[in-house]
Amino acid sequence: MFHWLEKNPFLFAVGVFVVIAFAGLVEILPSFTNAARPIKGLKPYTVLELAGKEVYKKDNCIACHSQLIRPFKAETDRYGKYSLSGEYAYDRPFLWGSKRTGPDLHRVGNYRTPDWHANHMWDPKSVVPASIMPAYKHQFKNLADLETAYAEAVTVKKVFNTPYGDDIQPSKAAFEKYYKEKALPEALKIAKAMKNKDVLAMVQQGKIPEIVALIAYLEHLK
Amino acid sequence: MQSSAALEYDYSVAKLYMWTAVIFGIVGMTIGVLIASQLAFPELNYLMGEYGTFSRLRPLHTNVIIYGFTISGIMASFYYSAQRVLKVSLAELPFINALAKFQFLAYLVAATFLVISLAMGITASKEYAQMEWPLDILIVVYWVIWGINMFAMIGARREKALYISMWYYIACFLGVAMLYLFNNMEVPTYFFSGGLGHWYHSVSMYAGTNDALVQWWWGHNAVAFVFTVPIIAMIYYFLPKESGQAVYSYKLSLLSFWGLMFVYLWAGGHHLLWSTVPDWMQTMGSVFSVVLILPSWGSAINMLLTMKGEWNQLTENPLIKFMVLASTFYMLSTLEGPIQAVKSVNAIAHFTDWIPGHVHDGVLGWVAFMVFAALMHMAPRAFKREIYSKSLLEAQFWIQTTGVVLYFTSMWIAGITQGMMWRAVDEYGNLMYSFIDTVSVLHPYYTIRAIGGLLYLIGVLMFAYNFFMTATAGRKLEQEPQFRSPMA
Repeated sequence: MFHWLEKNPFLFAVGVFVVIAFAGLVEILPSFTNAARPIKGLKPYTVLELAGKEVYKKDNCIACHSQLIRPFKAETDRYGKYSLSGEYAYDRPFLWGSKRTGPDLHRVGNYRTPDWHANHMWDPKSVVPASIMPAYKHQFKNLADLETAYAEAVTVKKVFNTPYGDDIQPSKAAFEKYYKEKALPEALKIAKAMKNKDVLAMVQQGKIPEIVALIAYLEHLK
Repeated sequence: MQSSAALEYDYSVAKLYMWTAVIFGIVGMTIGVLIASQLAFPELNYLMGEYGTFSRLRPLHTNVIIYGFTISGIMASFYYSAQRVLKVSLAELPFINALAKFQFLAYLVAATFLVISLAMGITASKEYAQMEWPLDILIVVYWVIWGINMFAMIGARREKALYISMWYYIACFLGVAMLYLFNNMEVPTYFFSGGLGHWYHSVSMYAGTNDALVQWWWGHNAVAFVFTVPIIAMIYYFLPKESGQAVYSYKLSLLSFWGLMFVYLWAGGHHLLWSTVPDWMQTMGSVFSVVLILPSWGSAINMLLTMKGEWNQLTENPLIKFMVLASTFYMLSTLEGPIQAVKSVNAIAHFTDWIPGHVHDGVLGWVAFMVFAALMHMAPRAFKREIYSKSLLEAQFWIQTTGVVLYFTSMWIAGITQGMMWRAVDEYGNLMYSFIDTVSVLHPYYTIRAIGGLLYLIGVLMFAYNFFMTATAGRKLEQEPQFRSPMA
């Protein structure tokens, strides 16, 4: 019945393509015409938080942590309000994860402090004795990449109309101004709350270690 | 399938991929055993500083296995068997043969950069699509060259009707191309910000829920078009060849093929059950996952029935053992998947170790077993030597089967235990366990899983030794064996 098709590779390939593309057309496209809109009051990530998100990606936290609270009582009791689509409107990429070797982090900013995070990332066992999470001490030494994060903010402002202010401009001078006037004070606030002298000294010298950016990001997750 | 005595086939490209399959197999599974052990014994996270943590190594494990080991096995099988089923030798097509070698070179370059970038933590962070945009472009080039080669060989074919394996290779090419392109749409930040920051950094075209939808449309169907479709292409060629039996049913293969093509794509939504994607998509994901049992079992049953009346070969030939068990694991895995895709089951299973358990009965039992069988079937033909040791193959089979069983049984128990503990409430309706309780309880299962993985790795090392000895020291063959592979 299909013998003729198997002798006609071109039509065969076209047939396969139509059949496999069909589901995408029906399932994916409608969702895109109705793209996820931000919930009321949602603020885009600051540049420091974006740099923290890069640390989150770089050390691949999603290997073990989700950012998706499902609508079950057991989950809302444990993590807080279930997740809404509009909360992810500025997440590029999405960081839901697919495995909870550790707990969900979508609202971790509600119930952990910078101080707690600092201790936890330095030595997880110091706050959770049975933890199997490794320590991430290198984050206290490596510097966060604010410039790339700033480039990302410029890009999403330009391409996707993400509502950033006039302080996000495509130039090196604008970045340096932003770094001094916005990013550093924000980092200083986190560093003070962390109660870690070395980190505080670094920020006071104008350098922002990865851990400060990461905690800024985690604090944003509420 | 007719005798191919008239044509002299050129296996030079196939041989290159055979070696990389062996090497990436060892590397990928060694990392796998290490990260499995890290979950049981966290001190193992500190062997290589910031580059040795579970989180940094896990994508290295998945990528080396998917794009290293599996793609190598697929390409070796393709460049070996496409010549034969199309009745055209690569020696007759010098340009395509050279292009195929260039394609292999591009593969090595991409693999090297992928390993370096993942080790450094340069990642787009989407699972199985971690490559940043420069690597994405390289991979698209690689894939397009494969398509050119495939269709050039088809164009030059003497056998007019495309054999079943070719259907699946064509589908693999088209499916991965479509999914990969759409999922990796990203904007390079360097060029939009007037040259700020790292040049290789990019930001996804899609945000939040949309991004998740496209990612799992890819994530699930990468499983379809890398771990299923081309592996079915392999078994449709190698099982009849090794056993000397004709494929049981043409109609069943037809039904399974078109069924699989149509249904698989819909099922991606089952990765996003109870998430913020629209409810109807979740339901479609569930429903089509269950329908997917039909075409999946169609292929597997077709393979098992191909052995009808010849089951004695199962005891006599270890390669038949590998392939029959591969079909069986394919059935297990494609029944388990739909069960997990039922919404109420998924509520317990999602985010737990049952998911990696499911993945691994598929990849260890089905994909890797099929790749081993294919490599060992090709080796005597490509190297013109007898397989070095039958007893080593037999031992490998039983050690690895034990490993797989330990792996998935322990992960079943671990996953369901954890899923139930997360939701357990006491008589007042309060949560009974803190999160860490649900981690500590898993220690014995993580240990068993690591042991299972280690057994499997030992099998891979035995295989590598056997393969190396076959290629270099096996008894020379005067004539190409027609069906059953000769082994000492």
